[in-house]
Amino acid sequence: MNTDETIMRQDARGLACPEPIMRAKMAMNRAKGNAVEVLVDTVTARDNVVRMAGREGRETSVTVEGDCFVVRIGEKKA
Amino acid sequence: MKSILKLLASKPGIILTGAVIGVLAPVLVSLGNPANMGICVACFERDIAGALGLHRAAVVQYLRPEIPAFVLGSFLAALLAGEWKPRTGSAPVVRFVLGAFSMIGALVFLGCPWRAWLRLAGGDWNAIFGLLGLFAGIVAGIVFLKRGYSLGRNYPSPTALGFVMPVLSAGLLVLAVVVPLFGRGADGQAVGPIFRSSTGPGSMAAPLAVSLVAGLVIGFLAQRTRFCTVGAVRDVVLFRDPHLALGIGSLFVVALLTNLALGQFSAGFQNQPVAHTDGLWNFGGMLLSGLAFTLAGGCPGRQLFLSGEGDGDAGVFVLGMIVGAGFAHNFNLASSTAGPSPYGPTATIVGLVVVAGIGMTFREKAAQERTVQ
Repeated sequence: MNTDETIMRQDARGLACPEPIMRAKMAMNRAKGNAVEVLVDTVTARDNVVRMAGREGRETSVTVEGDCFVVRIGEKKA
Repeated sequence: MKSILKLLASKPGIILTGAVIGVLAPVLVSLGNPANMGICVACFERDIAGALGLHRAAVVQYLRPEIPAFVLGSFLAALLAGEWKPRTGSAPVVRFVLGAFSMIGALVFLGCPWRAWLRLAGGDWNAIFGLLGLFAGIVAGIVFLKRGYSLGRNYPSPTALGFVMPVLSAGLLVLAVVVPLFGRGADGQAVGPIFRSSTGPGSMAAPLAVSLVAGLVIGFLAQRTRFCTVGAVRDVVLFRDPHLALGIGSLFVVALLTNLALGQFSAGFQNQPVAHTDGLWNFGGMLLSGLAFTLAGGCPGRQLFLSGEGDGDAGVFVLGMIVGAGFAHNFNLASSTAGPSPYGPTATIVGLVVVAGIGMTFREKAAQERTVQ
């Protein structure tokens, strides 16, 4: 369990396919089941990361931050 | 409108896009495009290179409207969806090289991944070797990606950059309609460019307006759905994600059925249109292309659609492909129906060395450090 102050954030802005998804997965692995945030700057990358996290059984929520999207990937359920 | 745009981004959207391409490509053939070449991004960019005089292979010169229409359809879709975003800076010169070698590989096989599927849907079994090469190239690309390959990030750019490829495309369409003859022969007679083949594949074309509309529709749909013939395979192998593959499956099945309905299906290895039977170099050509496309982030169609939505680096890849087509024919690297040219295999090997070198040497240095705790 982590709080918003300590949540891991992965910057995947400006990367070509499939790197945003790979970076997001890498962050999920490093966070060991805790929630992570992935910063992306295209709708394609946003949707791809959301789809990947969904396939992994993780809940996601998206917020807009300037010109970018923050995909919050919820913690792994037991 | 918003709900339609959103629907297209879903699973039915990608299946629909594949189906639309699967119908339109054989129909374009029945209306005049070369057989099993209703749409071929590599072949059509090669024809455009010929029309502009960047190569002088007289049988493959025509300013194909489908290609600029792909860019403009995508441009329109991206504008409507609020996704038009001018950006560049991710190693453009490397993308140019990848584009050029992807074209050389495609012209050794005689087609891009789109045409590989369309050839198979027309009964050309030689395409099987090409597709195997494509899969192998994509898997090789995935190995590099897993080792940390990256061409680095792009960054937001001045707005004007996003107009470059759409404006270039509009300019090509003007040239396609007006067909001015800029050159002069020794006798002072007007000759091309703009060149137009009188025989061979370059002389075969659907009516311009039909090609234009088909290209705009496909460009629009493909931007919305992210249709990508390389991403389709890559995502299945890398993430077990079949989303994009549904588009390819749909394209293949619908193209096969449409070919059968139109009497355009002819099964076999021999005497296939604009194809050769050398399995090794059908494989090798697409191995090179598949690797180059994977390292660039998407298939040649996807590069056109990305360039329409403002990605300047994808635009550079497209220009690399067009220049690569010039080299492929000027240097006699492209295959013919008789088989690979004497220099095609060597060019493919050189290309594989160069592209694999790019795969091995490019890393984003700060990739790990950018994770913020």
